[in-house]
Amino acid sequence: MTDDDPDDSGPGAAWTTRRALLKGAAAGAALLGGGGTLAAIDGPTGIGLGDALGDLLQDHYLRMTPAEIQGALARIERQARRRFGVTLDCRNDPPLADVRFGFALNLSKCKGTRRCVSACVSENNCGRGGTLQNIRVLELPVGSRDLQDGNPYFTHQTVPVAGHWYVPVQCQQCADPPCVQACPVAATWREPDGIVVIDYDWCIGCRYCATACPYGARHFNWGAPRLSPSDLTRQTHYLGNQPREAGVMEKCTFCLQRTRRGLLPACLEACPTGARIFGNLLDPESEIRQVLARRPVFRLKEEQGTEPRFWFFTDGP
Amino acid sequence: MTPPAATSRRPGGRWALGLVITVLLALMAWGGSGYRVQLDQGLTVTGLTDQVLWGLYIGNFTFLVGVAASAVILLAPACLLGRPDLRPLVPLGEAVAVAAVAMSLAFVLVDLGRPLRFWHAVPLLGKLNWPGSIMAWDMGVLLGYLLLNLVLIGLTLRAWRLGREIPHRRLAPWMLLAVGLGIAIHVVTAFLLAGLPARPLWHSAALAPRFIASAFAAGSALMIVILAVIQGVVAWVPPPAARPLLARMLAAALLIDLLLLGAEGFGLFYPAGGHGAALQRLFQADPVLGVWLTTGLVLSGTAALLAPLPRVRASPWLLHLVCVLAFVGIWMEKGLGLVVPGFLPTPLGEVATYRSSLVEIQVTVGIWAAGILLFLLLVRRVLARMASRSG
Repeated sequence: MTDDDPDDSGPGAAWTTRRALLKGAAAGAALLGGGGTLAAIDGPTGIGLGDALGDLLQDHYLRMTPAEIQGALARIERQARRRFGVTLDCRNDPPLADVRFGFALNLSKCKGTRRCVSACVSENNCGRGGTLQNIRVLELPVGSRDLQDGNPYFTHQTVPVAGHWYVPVQCQQCADPPCVQACPVAATWREPDGIVVIDYDWCIGCRYCATACPYGARHFNWGAPRLSPSDLTRQTHYLGNQPREAGVMEKCTFCLQRTRRGLLPACLEACPTGARIFGNLLDPESEIRQVLARRPVFRLKEEQGTEPRFWFFTDGP
Repeated sequence: MTPPAATSRRPGGRWALGLVITVLLALMAWGGSGYRVQLDQGLTVTGLTDQVLWGLYIGNFTFLVGVAASAVILLAPACLLGRPDLRPLVPLGEAVAVAAVAMSLAFVLVDLGRPLRFWHAVPLLGKLNWPGSIMAWDMGVLLGYLLLNLVLIGLTLRAWRLGREIPHRRLAPWMLLAVGLGIAIHVVTAFLLAGLPARPLWHSAALAPRFIASAFAAGSALMIVILAVIQGVVAWVPPPAARPLLARMLAAALLIDLLLLGAEGFGLFYPAGGHGAALQRLFQADPVLGVWLTTGLVLSGTAALLAPLPRVRASPWLLHLVCVLAFVGIWMEKGLGLVVPGFLPTPLGEVATYRSSLVEIQVTVGIWAAGILLFLLLVRRVLARMASRSG
């Protein structure tokens, strides 16, 4: 397995000019409120104008200084209090050293319960009652492996249905992701641990990434996600499950708010049949490496050349 | 003495222009009210879905980039083919280019989920994913083409105002650059779609040449009609060679477009198991989309069969009919007719239906009205100058 590190473009020649311009704009905005920082505009009970401006003028994640990132996390927490009346913990855990995540899914074990789907929605603060789900489970007639025959909208009370099998599809965390190549403003990139992430605060919402994705794995927030305070998962990550607003993309991040802290993805924990296997591809002793070594694994649409880090396999002889 | 521009207009011209401008402003206000709703509630108020991610806005974007590109038809003869008699067409071409690029950019802006973050895509200020993203390239060439045409038309107007000759020799290299950029904006826009293996309908090497051919067809059709309208409204006679030249270009471009379209159709539908089968499934599920695309193809196909006949090109009525058929047909098949089926069936095999919402139609009409107004204002100054010079 050869993985190229993501191309994190460092500070370029244009960087200083742009930064100076931004600083000027931010200072001007702060001056309007008479405070030293944008947050000060709002005061303790403000309507969030300063934070709205802060969000608008915030820099790209990969170009923010540690202090600016702390400021952004604090702003996210303030906005959650304002929007939901809930106290979040928004973090910025970096990728773990010598870790590259991979997923494997045993199709013989998957019974189409879609517990993974609801666990994902809940863990990742996706809107309720909408259509945005980062995992889709396709129900296929036995004998067909053509995704065109799949039905993601089955409504039976009991699964599995005789004569059918089930294929959950989510972001395949490609090593050569067409979505990352497509994004005009570099708002999405592949982290060193192999997870393709989105800077929700930088995304302009053009949807070109979703157009480029061969797996239908990227989803757009057409309106603001509907969430009640009791729905919220409070342990959040800037690049993971921080509450999204209208007009930005989102996707599966292998639950990096959990997995970067040694926990397992929510979909895996919720699966009642143990069909999902997650681990570090760089660790030869990991369960996923055992699966890759011993099972006849395959990946979806390998002919697209995107090098997914998500494998499927079946129990066989 | 050259008479002042106002007297060279036909009687009632000023009144008619006022009426047209009023109507355009009203349509812009209608579009603006639609956009307010969209800003308020987000893109949920459009007909777009997770399955069909782009619709009327991006369909108009691809079409209008073509119209902008086709302005080179009016620039190229004067500066490349050694036809000084066609120089009066150059500022008209530049005005078309400016208005069409401005409209294309407006269609991209209204399609964004976070329009206030447009500055992320501005070179130096934001963070362009260049050279990786084709969309970043597209922004670059579109902005470059817009600026260049604005400068060129500005220089022409300035020279006229100061009573100087236009420095054709000095401008020639820049006009050449404009012609190159004009081709580039549309090739890059085609690559935007053609570079995606995930979307088999678009993933075709023929898409870029097809875009250029259909753009030149729609563009020359538009220019023929514009010249006829101008001649009817203002006492300015376009160069006599312009109309036959544009009509021949229209015929050639339509025939090349037809050939490329046929080649695409062969590749899609002849092989068993080709993407054509999926498209047939789509048109069975959404007959309206099929009818829309077929209508567009029939209109532009009819124009392609009529335009090569010398008798048709010689008759003003027939030629204008062919122009309308070509322009409307290409708008239908290259706009919504290409963008929407590109998304379907989805990569996971789903078939969905897209219908433009009222808000999308309002905003679209508003942007067209604004673009036409911009063109009128630009061209009014050009025509006033030209009429006073030729009078």
